[in-house]
Amino acid sequence: MRQMTKEDLFQVMDPEGQADLAAIEGISEADRMKMYRLMMFTRLWNTKALSLQRQGRLGTLASVRGQEASNVGMGLALGPDDWFCPAFREYGAMFTRGAQPVKLFQYWGGDERGAAPPENSHMLPVCITVGSHLCHAVGIAMGAKIRGDKIAVMSSSGDGSTSQGDFHESLNFAGVYKLPVVFVIQNNHWAISVPLHQQTATETISQKAAAYGINGERVDGNDVFAVYLTVKRLLDLARSEHKPSLIEMVTYRMDDHTTSDDASRYRTEEMIGPWRAKDPVDRLRKFLIANHGWDDNKEAELQAELTAQVEKSVQDYEALPLPHPTEMFDHMYAEMPWHLLEQKDRMLKRLGETAR
Amino acid sequence: MARLSMVEAINVTLHELMARDERIVVLGEDVGKDGGVFRATVGLLDKFGPMRVIDTPLAESCIVGSAIGMAVYGMRPVAEIQFEGFMFKAYDQVYSHASRLRRRSQGVYGVPLVIRAPYGAGVRALEHHSDAPEALFAHVPGLKVVIPATPSDAKGLLTSSIEDPDTVIFLEPKRLYRLFKEEVPEGDYRVPLGEARVVQEGDDATIVTYGGMVSVCERAAQHVASEGVSAEVIDLRTVWPFDIDAITKSVTKTGRLIICHEAPRSLGVGAEIAAQVAEKCLLSLQAPIVRVTGNDVIPPLSKLEEYNYPDSEQVVRAIHETVQF
Repeated sequence: MRQMTKEDLFQVMDPEGQADLAAIEGISEADRMKMYRLMMFTRLWNTKALSLQRQGRLGTLASVRGQEASNVGMGLALGPDDWFCPAFREYGAMFTRGAQPVKLFQYWGGDERGAAPPENSHMLPVCITVGSHLCHAVGIAMGAKIRGDKIAVMSSSGDGSTSQGDFHESLNFAGVYKLPVVFVIQNNHWAISVPLHQQTATETISQKAAAYGINGERVDGNDVFAVYLTVKRLLDLARSEHKPSLIEMVTYRMDDHTTSDDASRYRTEEMIGPWRAKDPVDRLRKFLIANHGWDDNKEAELQAELTAQVEKSVQDYEALPLPHPTEMFDHMYAEMPWHLLEQKDRMLKRLGETAR
Repeated sequence: MARLSMVEAINVTLHELMARDERIVVLGEDVGKDGGVFRATVGLLDKFGPMRVIDTPLAESCIVGSAIGMAVYGMRPVAEIQFEGFMFKAYDQVYSHASRLRRRSQGVYGVPLVIRAPYGAGVRALEHHSDAPEALFAHVPGLKVVIPATPSDAKGLLTSSIEDPDTVIFLEPKRLYRLFKEEVPEGDYRVPLGEARVVQEGDDATIVTYGGMVSVCERAAQHVASEGVSAEVIDLRTVWPFDIDAITKSVTKTGRLIICHEAPRSLGVGAEIAAQVAEKCLLSLQAPIVRVTGNDVIPPLSKLEEYNYPDSEQVVRAIHETVQF
């Protein structure tokens, strides 16, 4: 098994939007438009969320700006019966699985009810404890293999997650049992303030796959076509041959880690600058202009339409009734045990209410 | 009915349940070919094959983490952690995910998972092989903790735990694995979770206990009976959420409470029992509550082991203390 080096970077569309048309032949014009639409929606939703947070209308959240191609490309590559285990910087991928923008606002606004995955989305809730959900992807893949279901499972996490024990344990399980699972690492070069070279001494993240006897690939994470084609091919391989993969998507976190972070404490504009020229949304727009008659009018129209959708979801979010305080007792167990019934009753007394 | 030891009862239960529910999968270190280091899973691999009886790499976190994934996918995983002292590698998976996923998904996903582990002291084992960490799991919102004290209960409780829609930490007192045999009901047999067992009825004092300490307390109760003191022994069986009604009913009757566990004394299950009794039936008490427990120390190796966990003599003294108050 050859180890991936920094020279290995699968790209079919360069930062100027010039693409290898033969390589993307299998992606229809409609799909290309869909990618652009979802990436643009993700960016607009994200921008709105950051602004709501600054106004105190939303809680802490992690910006996905710069990673829209990785997000949307991997999400669209999944089949309807495949499973997806996200980390917490995956709004774009979650939108491709039917996540409702209003629900995401609700969750990041501090109301757990927003965390419910959409019906039949085969998607776990976001995972905050870094890398621990890779084990869940492994387990779902084990379940599918035991039952003989022809599905694949995909997890997504950041470069920081590759330092976790659960990363090692999960890739090892996947290799030993030959599981239908694809581990996506969005290498955005930062784990809060710790840069990639302090996270690992390996030249690439994808080369770590060799240690587990699984397939490792490295793609330009800001090239949505490269992301989509690679993930799709490796999900197919997982589904049909039970061959697991590790995919490193080389991208960049353009904003602070979260709204509680101040990245100027540890990185400079000179470090970010080169990545502005590689912006995934601009790149795809340039491609569409050159190849599909995209123009300023269409761009303005699309932005107006998607902005209206985002604004509508903000209105819907802010019109949601607050959760009743006793909501915190719901779904702790399938059946509420006596001690929680007691505590719920105490809560009702505190509120001056009687049992509902 | 067959006469079985606890470890045999557990093995028979797994055989029977796996035969009638193909969602059940057993996974862990050495559970397959070796049949588990205590032989609790012996014969399962031959009968159900490597897809359902899975020898895993030596990786506790992913044993539990992958079991969570399987549970979400509709399987009924039974994960074995080889010794209770190795459970902490998987604690994040238990604490952050198994106990939370139902709520975190607003009821869309549950985690019907049983984590079995040999538990407690009394077999002159190595370091990290004699711990009693039940409070560390009982304190996690969303979990259930079960500790059987007899072979029959091991069968009935394990069946209920595997059928339960939520995660159950199932701790098996290793000193009881082969200590005695008893008649164990054949076929379908359930002991409902959350229901204590009155081991011995009595009027003068209540002893609440569980696991390896049940027989210790039974012997103490028999001893004081010869002195004319009638002690009621309650085996919690489900350590959390425990059977509060059984406790308060007995304490209301006897007016005296002794709590016995081998786990460290402070902030343990006994502390919660005492607090609940103080809240719910303090005025029934005619004497202070007495705890007979292990010490707040790292479980000592074999030379001092017996001095750390409670014995019948200590329980007898506790009964005297409370009755003579």
